[in-house]
Amino acid sequence: MLDQTAVEKLDVEAVNKGAKQKGEPLYAAHQKVYPKRAEGFYRRLKWIIMAITLGIYYITPWLRWDRGPYAPDQAVLIDFPNRRFYFFFVEIWPQEFIFIAGLLVMAGIGLFLITSVVGRAWCGYTCPQTVWTDLFLVVERFFEGDRNARIKLDKAPWSGEKLARKVPKHIVWLLISVATGGAWIFYFADAPTLAVDFATGQAPLAAYLTVAVLTATTYVLGAIMREQVCIYMCPWPRIQAAMLDENSLVVTYNDWRGEPRMRGQKKARAQGLVPGDCVDCNACVAVCPTGIDIRDGQQLECITCALCIDACDAVMDKVGHERGLISYATLADYNHNMRVATGGEATGAIDPSRVRDDKGNFVDAIRGFRWREMLRVRTIIYFAAWGLIGLGLLVALGTRDRLEVNVQHDRNPVFTQLSDGSIRNGYTVKILNMVAEPRTFTLTLDGLPGATMAINGIDGEPARSFDIPVEPDKLRPLRVFVSQSPDQVQPGSTPFSFTVEEAGSGEVDVYNANFEAPEE
Amino acid sequence: MADDRKDIDEVSGVETTGHEWDGIKELNNPLPRWWLWTFYATIVWTIGYTILYPAWPGITGATAGVLGWSSRGQLAQEMEAAKAEQSVYIDRIAQTDITEIPTDPELVQFAVAGGSSAFKVYCVQCHGSGAQGGEGYPNLNDDEWIWGGTLEEIAWTIRHGVRHEPDFDTRFNEMPAYGRDQILDSGQIADVAWYVRQLSGQEYDAEAAARGAETFEIECSACHGVDGEGIPELGGPALNDAIWLYGGSHAEIVAQINNPQMGVMPAWGERLGETTVKQLAVYVHQLGGGQ
Repeated sequence: MLDQTAVEKLDVEAVNKGAKQKGEPLYAAHQKVYPKRAEGFYRRLKWIIMAITLGIYYITPWLRWDRGPYAPDQAVLIDFPNRRFYFFFVEIWPQEFIFIAGLLVMAGIGLFLITSVVGRAWCGYTCPQTVWTDLFLVVERFFEGDRNARIKLDKAPWSGEKLARKVPKHIVWLLISVATGGAWIFYFADAPTLAVDFATGQAPLAAYLTVAVLTATTYVLGAIMREQVCIYMCPWPRIQAAMLDENSLVVTYNDWRGEPRMRGQKKARAQGLVPGDCVDCNACVAVCPTGIDIRDGQQLECITCALCIDACDAVMDKVGHERGLISYATLADYNHNMRVATGGEATGAIDPSRVRDDKGNFVDAIRGFRWREMLRVRTIIYFAAWGLIGLGLLVALGTRDRLEVNVQHDRNPVFTQLSDGSIRNGYTVKILNMVAEPRTFTLTLDGLPGATMAINGIDGEPARSFDIPVEPDKLRPLRVFVSQSPDQVQPGSTPFSFTVEEAGSGEVDVYNANFEAPEE
Repeated sequence: MADDRKDIDEVSGVETTGHEWDGIKELNNPLPRWWLWTFYATIVWTIGYTILYPAWPGITGATAGVLGWSSRGQLAQEMEAAKAEQSVYIDRIAQTDITEIPTDPELVQFAVAGGSSAFKVYCVQCHGSGAQGGEGYPNLNDDEWIWGGTLEEIAWTIRHGVRHEPDFDTRFNEMPAYGRDQILDSGQIADVAWYVRQLSGQEYDAEAAARGAETFEIECSACHGVDGEGIPELGGPALNDAIWLYGGSHAEIVAQINNPQMGVMPAWGERLGETTVKQLAVYVHQLGGGQ
């Protein structure tokens, strides 16, 4: 029934084997990992996610968004010199940073949610380190071939052919790195202008330095260090592991059906042995980008990229076993199945005959993943918190003011007596027009009977109301002098308010102020 | 160590320093190579640095360094750069007629900022930190101007001062001491003071004021105006309003007629220069009372 010859045993050992054996030092010299090409569902998923994430990163700054003549036309722009953040139809001012903070909080809770449901999906699919390393591996395979060819090439002495393979590889790597650093700066300035400036040497020094630094980090981290970053440098696996529970999906080797693993299963059966499904071909180890053996159990080094699942499924198809010897599973299900396989004893030996009936199907007691496991108190709370913050941000965004008024009362002197005996107070009124078009606001005195105001730079007789034109996206400070006639003045402090109104949008902002007069 | 025998740690096989705390011994591992090389590199750096920059102290000073750099020199450079940046506006203010400055919002902003800081150095001693004045020192926020409140007139007052005799163009006028020099008797002075109270809309003695009106017309109207409205060309303050430089009570007015106090302001034109005078005038003018 099995064509064992079709499955070759790969000569590969997990790089972290040594650390798992007693007495060996925790830190060993770096062993280069040569990940073999995998094919299958998860590999395809990763290609798609890579295309989407890289596409978003490289293309976003080039998207245009018409904001009229007074604001930049870049859809996503972090405009530091003018202290604005543009995101499609949203424009955020520095004092509205709460929206950015809210998004960051959502990202954090979203990560909790995703992690508690599907484990370290961030690491395996969307982490820039993973995405770029994957991309660099594609380049490496193109020039040097797959796993065995690369090992052979690395062992071979330097020759013209070796150079002809290595040099272009590094050139392409560097080109990708430059493009990566290059894309970053376009988020901070008008992309087409900056691209021309950059090419002609006119761009600011910061742009060149940023590209240089990001080129270096992309090349060193993504192309050279690869899995070393995940294992030794990144604090994230340590933190992310704490968000998992026994109901989270993790990449698991199902040893309850795989053990005892053995090669030459036909022969073994003939000898009366009962082998597990694992044919010990090491395909799962060969494809692993961090070079570990998933069959050793849950490990820090595992980024849950699931390429071992693809590799194992391919082998299972070949030898005619059911897929899923390595699979996404929850630890709760895994532990349950282990108890079935070992007859309920925690430390008992695995007996493959316990998990299968006579026809070779799994017994009913074996449990697989059910979608309902995703709905747990923990995930529901995460989702609720995430959704509520999102709704709150949307409501706040929809109802936020595009007009702001601030008033400072002159303190020195607090009031001035004029020649006709009236009392005058000075104020600095700041009107903030947060819309990218010129608008005219009506500034009106409310309360304070008999009072009038005069404004520096705005012509006209003293009145209770003035039209104030404010430039697009600008703050206009005004020196406003409010005077009250002597027969109306109340001693001490009298509250009144400045009302600022915009006729077009109907926006109104009221600022409560005080009018000070002598105590007698 | 007291003896020459090396103490080797059993577990690691590394020599110890011989220091021991509660049974814990310090291993004598060599410094990491990269650390050592970094240390050597800092020494090399130091040598280069002390040659290039001021470093070694002597008795009267320090070595100058071959680059000739000094913190004082750097400050001078930065000051020069700041001045160069300001000079654009300073030049424009110098070239612009003072009455034209308000039409240029950029210049107004620069002039107000510059005028405000000059005011805090040269003017606050008499006029107060908020230009609010005090007894004998005019409040510059209000709308009464003894010598006129247009930009040009304010600039003139700043430039040439008031009763600053060395300046030929200074604002000058003196009020006679009617009591001290016995031009009027004390009854007449009291009557005029009541009339002035009437002019300014305060409580007054009607009979006395009626008597004082005549004296006022003869003695006072030449400078203070027929109705006490003031004559800024002559520096005669308005008396028919609520603002009093030396107080508006009957006694205070009598005192002022008897033996007038008159403030003196220095001429600032030569000392501060024309552009600073312009900036000060623009600043004072926008305080709220400028005409």
